[in-house]
Amino acid sequence: MEIAGKVKSAREMGLVACRRCTRVWPGGTPTCGRCGHRMQSRDTTSLQKVWAWWIVGMMCYIPANLYPMLVTRTLVSTQDNTIVGGAVELAQHGNYGIALVIIAASVLIPIGKFIAVASLALGVRQGSRLSSARRQQLFEVVEYIGRWSMIDVFVVAILSSLVQLGALASIAPGVASLFFALSVIFTMLSAQSFDSRLIWDADSDDATTQPSVNPSNPNGVTA
Amino acid sequence: MSARLEELIACPHCDAVYHVSEPKMGERAVCGRCHTVLIAPRRRAGKQIIAMALAVLILIVAATVFPFLSIKAAGVANRSSVLDAALAFSSSGLLILLTLAVAALIVFIPIARALLVIYVLGPVVWDRPAFPGALRAFRISEALRPWSMAEIFVLGCAVALIKVADLADVSFGPAFWMFGALVVLMMVQDNFMCRYSVWKSLEK
Repeated sequence: MEIAGKVKSAREMGLVACRRCTRVWPGGTPTCGRCGHRMQSRDTTSLQKVWAWWIVGMMCYIPANLYPMLVTRTLVSTQDNTIVGGAVELAQHGNYGIALVIIAASVLIPIGKFIAVASLALGVRQGSRLSSARRQQLFEVVEYIGRWSMIDVFVVAILSSLVQLGALASIAPGVASLFFALSVIFTMLSAQSFDSRLIWDADSDDATTQPSVNPSNPNGVTA
Repeated sequence: MSARLEELIACPHCDAVYHVSEPKMGERAVCGRCHTVLIAPRRRAGKQIIAMALAVLILIVAATVFPFLSIKAAGVANRSSVLDAALAFSSSGLLILLTLAVAALIVFIPIARALLVIYVLGPVVWDRPAFPGALRAFRISEALRPWSMAEIFVLGCAVALIKVADLADVSFGPAFWMFGALVVLMMVQDNFMCRYSVWKSLEK
């Protein structure tokens, strides 16, 4: 890669870039001539979409925690377990490790995701104390981790298909599993609607960044 | 900068524009601002990716049918395949939606991606003109990427195993190991693929 002087964004050069295939076109071109992807210099409705999905996701997350995730029937009893209730019960039986994993995967990560997406969206409008590079990292972590919350739904599916031992014990999925799955999907859509180029626009304005592009670096680490 | 447009690329994450000078095989070009990998060509990557996509297809079909976990308690036994897991939600009305979603995330979307990749890269690898709609196919395959969740399902198996371990005897079936191999293949495949090179080759 070569760059003359400081890093310039496509928008500053009067161009519009395709985010799917990285090709660059003259500003105002509606669709990418190479891959056909829709192009916008900046997605002007990005933040609206982020907040819309965010709110729906939150609306699904609340019932996901109130209703039972698993219904366990044994010879003697029938038991409804919410997400937190299940973890508490595991802890009472001495399984602190697994209880912690479940709390982390189904409570801390989803809530962390809500907070992270909200702060990224707020940061675009009001500026942020975090540097652009940090916020980009945060965004990538959210995008990467978001999918993994689905693990809870899969565990419910596996348990309810596997533990079907007639009268002895059986497990059935609760309503919360549907809400939880929807919440995960909506927060993924919320994160995907975020136009990460907005993070960098403030930087381009004050021209403090020095480019350091190393084209032939086998480790892929730039100085 | 007065370069021709086709010699420029823009980082999809931060919009920084670069003048392309393609890195050598096995090296990577990284965005200097946000460190996104932009170009990472590999020798013979095309054939390897197609081989892996075929392996993924076979493994998914097999892993879907064979049982992946079996359980035994007080003489009563049960085993579960991926199909059973997806159908676990089909018992009650609304949850049928979940059946469809689960089946799509762990079976249909991974299969669709493997087929699309073969369709797109097949002609390129054997130096033929690309099939009609190849660009569109590759775009769809890329859009589906975050929704392919087979690897998450595998970890889910492990968690489920721990959860019922004190309730009953649980053991992994053949499909679990197939799914495990599948996940490794899919991750390697994703890392091998240099998107820039694919778009470039389809452009010709």
